[in-house]
Amino acid sequence: MVSKKELALLLLILVIGGITALINPLFLSQVNIGNLANLVGIYGVFSIGAGLVIITGGIDLSVGSMFALLGVILIYLLVDLALPWPLALLLIVMAGAVLGAIQGFLVTKARVQPFVVTLCGLLIYRGLARYITADASMGFGYGDDFDTLSNLASGRLLGVPHTLILLIGISLVMGVVVHKSVFGRYLYAVGKNEEAARFSGIRTGSVIAAAYVLSGLLAGITTILLVFYTNSVVPSSFGSFYELYGIAAAVLGGCSLRGGEGSILGILLGTVLLQVLQNLVNILGIPSSLNFAVMGTVILAGVLADQMLQTRRKAAFTISSTAVTRSAPTS
Amino acid sequence: MIKPLIELIGITKVYPGVTALNDVSLQVNAGEVLGLIGENGAGKSTLMKILGGVVAPTHGTIRLDGLDHGSLTIALAKHARIAFVHQELNLFENLNVAANVFIGREPVTGGFLKLIDSTVLHRRVAPLLKRLGADFLPDALVADLSLAQRQLVEIAKALSIDARVIIMDEPTSSLTLSETNNLLAVIEDLKVQGVSVIYISHRLGEIMDCASRVVCLRDGRVVGELSGAQMTHGAMIRLMIGRDLKSVYVPPATSHCGAGLEIIGLVTRAFPDREVTLSVRRGEILGLAGLVGSGRTSLARTVFGVDTALGGEIRLNGKQVSTTSPREAIDQGIYLVPEDRKRSGLVLNMPIAQNVTLANLPRFARLMLVNRASEARVSEIQRTRLRIKAPSHHTEVVTLSGGNQQKVVLAKWLSMTPLVVIFDEPTRGIDVGAKSEIYELIRELADSGVSILMISSDMEEVIGVADRIAVMHEGRISGVLDRDQFSEYNVLQLAVGHAPDEAMVNDPRPTELSWGA
Repeated sequence: MVSKKELALLLLILVIGGITALINPLFLSQVNIGNLANLVGIYGVFSIGAGLVIITGGIDLSVGSMFALLGVILIYLLVDLALPWPLALLLIVMAGAVLGAIQGFLVTKARVQPFVVTLCGLLIYRGLARYITADASMGFGYGDDFDTLSNLASGRLLGVPHTLILLIGISLVMGVVVHKSVFGRYLYAVGKNEEAARFSGIRTGSVIAAAYVLSGLLAGITTILLVFYTNSVVPSSFGSFYELYGIAAAVLGGCSLRGGEGSILGILLGTVLLQVLQNLVNILGIPSSLNFAVMGTVILAGVLADQMLQTRRKAAFTISSTAVTRSAPTS
Repeated sequence: MIKPLIELIGITKVYPGVTALNDVSLQVNAGEVLGLIGENGAGKSTLMKILGGVVAPTHGTIRLDGLDHGSLTIALAKHARIAFVHQELNLFENLNVAANVFIGREPVTGGFLKLIDSTVLHRRVAPLLKRLGADFLPDALVADLSLAQRQLVEIAKALSIDARVIIMDEPTSSLTLSETNNLLAVIEDLKVQGVSVIYISHRLGEIMDCASRVVCLRDGRVVGELSGAQMTHGAMIRLMIGRDLKSVYVPPATSHCGAGLEIIGLVTRAFPDREVTLSVRRGEILGLAGLVGSGRTSLARTVFGVDTALGGEIRLNGKQVSTTSPREAIDQGIYLVPEDRKRSGLVLNMPIAQNVTLANLPRFARLMLVNRASEARVSEIQRTRLRIKAPSHHTEVVTLSGGNQQKVVLAKWLSMTPLVVIFDEPTRGIDVGAKSEIYELIRELADSGVSILMISSDMEEVIGVADRIAVMHEGRISGVLDRDQFSEYNVLQLAVGHAPDEAMVNDPRPTELSWGA
């Protein structure tokens, strides 16, 4: 089911894309679209994770630094330890899930606020990545042979980037998990009203922790894609700020930071919109230093428009509900 | 003749569907302590909200200093120097005493920065505290104070606006005996200083101690006034009750059989030094009465596993069960219909169907995917059975009326296999029609062999629906009444911690509710 919000978002993407194409037809060139699709593929994967956590009413600020730490470890496993690549990839994805699990534990069992837990994650992972490498960038040497893997992670199939294909696969799986499964239902129930969920016998702690685990796991997958996109890891800047792209995509896509709202399709559309905005800055010759400002303005406008629509809906609702609900005074 | 300080004349307050106050007249004289009593829901709080300017009356006049007002505003009440000491204290825990007393009226230094002048602030607050005999300083942090001390801060706040009338709503409900005596002494001093106090309390002993006059409200009307020697325990209780209870009682279809739910020596967090022992047979509705704060809700939360028990055991049909989480309780067939259905009972922004299946979702799933068709089928059955008035099971619960929302909570449990259902205030805020439907459902559920524990502050409900009534007082079961001992008098006696009056057990009062009505 496609909601009105998602349709509006799709329309916005088409309009912005259309205008950009009119001004500079290069926007629709095969090279540009292919590049855009590749980036959507990479960013989409971890944005889904960010969205899941936001649906529970939490936030995950740590993924950008996780990319740096896991990226450094990935190169170490492949180059220095020369592990078979499938094993190395598996370890990285697992490591992401473990980091997510630790954060989930701290949020649900130690009852530390998600913002604080993941902010500390952001600082710790980045610090570790820089310490391990003594701040030196890591890369694949000339002699190493990672063609298969590199091709797998950043190649194309009939012109479609593998990353996008992977994202579509992950989205289908996560779409079913979030919108069709018992866990998905619990995710929304916990995000909307944790107490009522607990009173209905839902183990709310496990549900929330699972969202952080999934976010970490998806960050692990993203790490692999990103490492082969850039072919090297600069520990101090690799993945820096990416957590905010994820959160921005989720919020643009209809996830409310209050929890309980959002959809996988929405998050995907949010990711596409963000990438289109980034791209148009380049392609229209807008100074790239304005990049963030453009993104911020569009997100702000989007959220404001949504807010206004909701207030209007709520006002209409209050009028209709006062007729039904009887408010009895308490003694 | 003394001119009254405040006069309320013919005050009526109508809420949609409920008349909270009906032609109430009341006067407060200078320097007197006026007791105000009445059962839960009698209209005391509404009346005081009108006096405080929070709520406007539908009809009636408020006469202040010879001026007639149709309604008051908060500013006007403040100007007339009427102050409130709330039941839930309204203090900022993170600020100190002085800051709380003068909140919003801080003395400032000159200059355009308008810095708070703490020296002046403390100099003004110190004498107020001294006047109340407080044992803490103006710069003490409110978070560090006991409840009794916080109460004094509230009173100091009232004195700081030079209040002529202080309204105290259940001021002693969380105080110890000695703290209560201190407060009564403070009230006595205030009286001597010419300050009037309106004292609302369920504790009749305190009213006798401090009030010179007591007014009783029942069902939104003034039903009597007592003063001086007339103010006896019995006379006050008789005023509070004494209406004809509508008989809604339906006797059980079969006699109660089997052990059902047994609570043995259970210790709850709210009263760590009290044990509760109680049993509900299969097929029986046990009413649990008591004043607000007597520990009924904590008992329910502990049995349902929301709060952990500090001791004791729970048995179900003779077997000991452990309920350390709601999940565990639910798995064993113990369900709770909570007091605050919007907060704990329902996910308001979810459709009816999803609320109905929430506690039992894996049953509606194959390979962990929710089967929407069977979910729809079951919630549709419940919707028809419980006559939930909504366009369809897709309707979001938030749009339903209170009665229909409560039915959704019930539908959730009825779609499963209950052995024990605990109802906490099952019909609070629900209109009359839906109420009787809910009573029917409760009886139906009991007749199918379920043990029902029904917490209720509504006397008519407890007496009209329950097969037996247990009464709680300060964390303990103060007594259990069988149907032939049912009377408002007996329930109230137990609720305030007295033994039921033997002579009253067979009182000709309307306790004889027709069996089989």
